[in-house]
Amino acid sequence: MKIHEYQAKEIFAAAGIPVPQGKVASTVAEAVSVAEQIGRPVMIKSQVHVGGRGKAGGIQYAENAEAARVWAQKILGMDIKGLTVKKVLVTQAAEISSESYVGIIIDRAQKKPVIMVSAAGGIDIEEVAAKTPEKIIKLAVDPATGLKSYQARDLAMKLYSDFSMVRQAADIIMKLYGVYWKVDASLVEINPLVTTPDGKVIALDAKINIDDSGLYRQNEIAGMRDLDAEDPAEIAAREGDLSFVKLNGNIGCIVNGAGLAMATMDLVKHYGGEPANFLDIGGSSNPQKVLTAMRIILRDTNVRAILINIFGGITRCDDVANGIVMAYDELKPQIPIVVRLTGTNEDKAKVILKKINLESADTLDNVVKLAIKLAEGGRA
Amino acid sequence: MSILINKKTRVIVQGITGRDGSFHADQMKKYGTNVVGGVTPGKGGMEVNGIPVFNSVAEAVAKTKANTSVIYVPPAFATDAIYEATDAGISLIVCITEGVPANDMLKVYDYVRAKGARLIGPNCPGLISPGESKVGIMPGNIVKKGPVGVVSRSGTLTYEAIWALTCAGIGQSACIGIGGDQIIGTNFLDVLELFQADPATKAVVMIGEIGGADEEQAAKFVKTKMTKPVVGFIAGRMAPPGKRMGHAGAIISGGSGTAQEKIEALNKAGIPVAASPTELPALIKEKMKMASAKKTARKSKATTKQKLAKVKKVKGKPARVSGKSKKKTIRKKK
Repeated sequence: MKIHEYQAKEIFAAAGIPVPQGKVASTVAEAVSVAEQIGRPVMIKSQVHVGGRGKAGGIQYAENAEAARVWAQKILGMDIKGLTVKKVLVTQAAEISSESYVGIIIDRAQKKPVIMVSAAGGIDIEEVAAKTPEKIIKLAVDPATGLKSYQARDLAMKLYSDFSMVRQAADIIMKLYGVYWKVDASLVEINPLVTTPDGKVIALDAKINIDDSGLYRQNEIAGMRDLDAEDPAEIAAREGDLSFVKLNGNIGCIVNGAGLAMATMDLVKHYGGEPANFLDIGGSSNPQKVLTAMRIILRDTNVRAILINIFGGITRCDDVANGIVMAYDELKPQIPIVVRLTGTNEDKAKVILKKINLESADTLDNVVKLAIKLAEGGRA
Repeated sequence: MSILINKKTRVIVQGITGRDGSFHADQMKKYGTNVVGGVTPGKGGMEVNGIPVFNSVAEAVAKTKANTSVIYVPPAFATDAIYEATDAGISLIVCITEGVPANDMLKVYDYVRAKGARLIGPNCPGLISPGESKVGIMPGNIVKKGPVGVVSRSGTLTYEAIWALTCAGIGQSACIGIGGDQIIGTNFLDVLELFQADPATKAVVMIGEIGGADEEQAAKFVKTKMTKPVVGFIAGRMAPPGKRMGHAGAIISGGSGTAQEKIEALNKAGIPVAASPTELPALIKEKMKMASAKKTARKSKATTKQKLAKVKKVKGKPARVSGKSKKKTIRKKK
């Protein structure tokens, strides 16, 4: 799960990491009021779950409250990479002497949290990593012993020569490591970590991604989910306990199991079609899930055919077939549905599906080819 | 022969009184797995489908001499269950549970390894040695005993591949689902090492997916250390970056972990990658044929070397000669 910068900064502030004063606003009037409260030049920062906000014009400097009004008007409602800006963070503008980078991620290969620092901050760190990896210093932390002060100091010394700044940065790195564990993060990032002319080290930006599997014990964080910033179909899928990712094609896919769901959409592409989505109904064969899945897919007006691919192992094909019949009766789809059910209780499933008029195929490859043909308006 | 589990493996089920635990304990037993007990704290003394239930793993181990545990407890209790199994001296721990926080797994991973135990999963379907034992949730009816090892990060996709092999008459030595999470106890590399060392395994099917770099690491091993043929499949060619595709570990992050990268890495290591799981049987047949042709060629070379060695009375076996076939060839030639 992603949270916004303003939310991440609230978490940072609570952990004692210095962040500039500021407040989130969802209307122009609110933005102006925050700017007036601050009483100094501010930054108006769009709050959307996407990188490159600055380049897209979503971060602007406002000398005073009047300028804040002008920029808030422009930024609120702005489209950034397909997302509409609904909130802005109005925050005190800082005078910047230097910009660095500090981040912590879960490293899958090393199976450790890895802290990365770079004196080349403020820009796209992935680009730095790709082009000049030597500019990023990494430290894998033993999760059992945790980060030690000397390690944080060593990292901070790679950023600054002034020891007052080193101390401040080391303190920030220690606290950031604490935040990483406390909120079940998969990533925490300060980019840029800046120094000001009076020698202060401040987190000018904040990014936190949360491990979805940790949300069950993170009530406060779970409450930060911004439903406005998510695709309605993905929200509906999550509420129905399905995994769903929208794509741009015209063949809706309903599959059991994530790997098979990926393989199915890959095959659609392989045989010349375009998948409309990734959808995994999971291991259980609850008929309600099939209904929810079909409802979500039918809302996508691009979809010209639905492909249902079930490999019954633990999932029983007859249960899924009952779900398909239920969904068919309730939703009365006007587009062709192609089904392939194989494995446990496949024969029973075939009898159940005779009640409704569906196309079917026996193998993975054939069902995909058939779905493509039907989506193109052909006949089975 | 098989890897990790066989007929003698003594299995306990942690969470045996739960819905999944009781169902799969029964399924495993029916398959022929030696299920010797179950654990649910507070339910000791009960029986589930004739399987005795204990209050702790330590108690279960003391009473049943179990050496393997399979975990079906909810995510909030899963890491505790793994620690408990490790501390009770279980050597193979299979965690089926999905939704275990990744950061918790960082600590678990180091702990289990330090104690010398092996963890498979979490978020995995478990493993099966056809005709001998199954631990986990894989359907027993799709496998067939044979020479091909199967290792995968997925569940149903693995079944699809196994079923394709079985339908083509190609049996399996062992099928192992290592799990779809970011941090898992046993990686491709670990299983490939086991398959390479297992005499019953003649070839390997490796089913990967987007996210991480385990497939790339495995490809390096195949190229440098493996003599057995490997064929692959990678799911997620169509996955958009930054989106989690069901499995917690199936995500392209920071532009890396794409299917294209993995396919290239596999191809570079001489591993052909199927476009569809149904192509796997044909690919593996071809690879095995090539390998046996190579072996025959190698054998005749080796025989000459061996004769020389005999003459010179050099100690130790020449490299790459398997004892059995060597003798045969010699006898024939004599």
